[in-house]
Amino acid sequence: MTTPQHSAVRARSAAPAAGAPAIEFVGVNKNYLSHGETVPAVKRTDLAIGQGEFFSLLGPSGCGKTTTMRMIAGFEEPTAGKVFLDGQDVTGVSANKRDVNMVFQSYALFPHLNTYQNVAFGLERKKVAKSEIGRRVGEILEIVSLTGMEKRSPKEMSGGQQQRVALARALVNRPRALLLDEPLGALDLKLRQQMQIELKRIQREVGITFVYVTHDQGEALTMSDRIAVMNAGVIEQLGTPREIYERPASRFVAGFIGTSNIVDGHVDRVEGGLALLSYTAQDRVVVPAAQSVRQGDKLEVSIRPEKIDLHRGVPPVQATGGSVLSGTVTEVVYHGTSTNYTVATAAGADFTVFDQNASNADDLADRGDRVYLTWAPQHSYMIGD
Amino acid sequence: MNRAKQKIAPYLLVLPGGIWLLIFFAVPMIAMLSLSLQEGDIVHGYRFTGHWQTYTEAISAYQTQIYRSLIYGAITTVVLIALAFPVAYFIAFYGGRKKGSYLFLVLLPFFVSFVLRTISWRQILTDEGPLLSPLRDAGVIGQSFHILGTPFAVIGGLVYNFLPFMVLPIYVALERIDPRVVEAARDLYANPATTFRRVIFPLALPGVFAGVLMTFVPASSDFVNSEVLGSSDTTMIGQVIQAQFLDNSDYPTASALSFVLMLVLLIGVFTYARILGTEDVMKVAAR
Repeated sequence: MTTPQHSAVRARSAAPAAGAPAIEFVGVNKNYLSHGETVPAVKRTDLAIGQGEFFSLLGPSGCGKTTTMRMIAGFEEPTAGKVFLDGQDVTGVSANKRDVNMVFQSYALFPHLNTYQNVAFGLERKKVAKSEIGRRVGEILEIVSLTGMEKRSPKEMSGGQQQRVALARALVNRPRALLLDEPLGALDLKLRQQMQIELKRIQREVGITFVYVTHDQGEALTMSDRIAVMNAGVIEQLGTPREIYERPASRFVAGFIGTSNIVDGHVDRVEGGLALLSYTAQDRVVVPAAQSVRQGDKLEVSIRPEKIDLHRGVPPVQATGGSVLSGTVTEVVYHGTSTNYTVATAAGADFTVFDQNASNADDLADRGDRVYLTWAPQHSYMIGD
Repeated sequence: MNRAKQKIAPYLLVLPGGIWLLIFFAVPMIAMLSLSLQEGDIVHGYRFTGHWQTYTEAISAYQTQIYRSLIYGAITTVVLIALAFPVAYFIAFYGGRKKGSYLFLVLLPFFVSFVLRTISWRQILTDEGPLLSPLRDAGVIGQSFHILGTPFAVIGGLVYNFLPFMVLPIYVALERIDPRVVEAARDLYANPATTFRRVIFPLALPGVFAGVLMTFVPASSDFVNSEVLGSSDTTMIGQVIQAQFLDNSDYPTASALSFVLMLVLLIGVFTYARILGTEDVMKVAAR
């Protein structure tokens, strides 16, 4: 089935799973025409999503994540490049002929059909036998815990239930991939967290590739196998939640995923794979440096707030091998399990520090206190290396 | 105190319209019902005799016109659905920012009086008019070909005059369809034709239903189009009633025919509502 040309394409791209990736983008571009001007929505994108993966497209609104998903579904066609599903070129194939299904943001249930009819819609189009439809609808309704709701119309159901119908309506077709467009956006926090867990469970049960579009970084981190962080039509970073959190590839990613402290400075010297950025005689940032880093280079360094230790008085001796920044506490916010400090540092940047409230209850610093921030070298991360 | 106020408020709001309806609808209806059961003539006056035979006589005398009116009304309605749906569909789904302008164009004829519009149609359709005379000169149509005075002209006039009443409700229904629901159908393997048949059309049905109500009833009881564009072969019941009232001063017959027409239309509409299964449709239409 695969054309020689395509095999070549596949060989070039890094497939995360054996065999053809469930979804693959090769050199995909998407421009919109707005007021006679060409606006790029997705810029030259290569992407491979593995079989059975829970893959998230994460980014702020307008970053191109929804357009990317709609190109997988077939609602948008790339301006240039190709889209493959299970190794088959589906570029130019209309949505109704693509073996992927979508869970829409507002569910988009058919208002004139009841639960059963909604869920059976796709199977009927595929001319599946009536008895088989009945069996499969019953089965999927059980998976999404909606047994007994067959006769309800969408209007008669809560948001959470409608969400499940939308999920069942897509999954019952056993698509090659399930596309979810901010599916939990309309639910309240509690239901949302419950559905996150449930979605993971369902994905494990059915073993289908999930592509999940969200602007909620917490959601993406907790649910995904891998995340593509998008900004302005470009995938800024693609990796596991841990990679993305621990080693953000760009300033944007560092800022968008969780909270990051970012300092920049010039390299004073490189020693044993570590670069040293000095600000004063005592204030320095130590960061694992790439081979290419030379003395005098300008670096951007990101440090997660929970990795930092905050000391009143003089920093303890054992921390002196790592980074040390002195500063003044400008804000203290008590959060129960932790206390968040804002510290104006000698490096010029304001730092956020999450301090676990373990046992050192009297260790709390006050606003205006002079403090030292220390962290181990491996917790500094050079952005964009 | 406040609760009591809140309770009366809706009734107070209904009051002006209610009084209006009572004076200008209920009272004339009762007067007409009474009139239809009276006997006499314009010179000697009418008095109430309970002479219900007027009904049977009127029905048997004018059943042709009653049937014809219903058939013209029905044909008009069907043609209207066929014409209005694509127009409404286009405006709703492809109108973009010009939606308002398109709707204005649909409504534009309303700025000219109903009778005047119909008369100008007469100018267009007449044998010496701008439509037929070039065609006749070119030999496309024969000397004996006419449009004016035929059922075609009358139904054409009805369709033209009631088109906006069909376009607008269908447009409103289509406009309310969430585009993502249409995409969902496509996503679930429905081709464009199936998407239309299984999703768009069912969701537009309340609009079609409202459109049918708004066109079938007035089209069936219309008395202008046949008068201006038709002939004695196209006489509709509305014309008969008008003539009985104004020309013959046979008030009882005219009143009786009015009631018959009303009854027939009511029965027709309710049957139609029943067949479509339409508590839902009514509910949606009422939204």
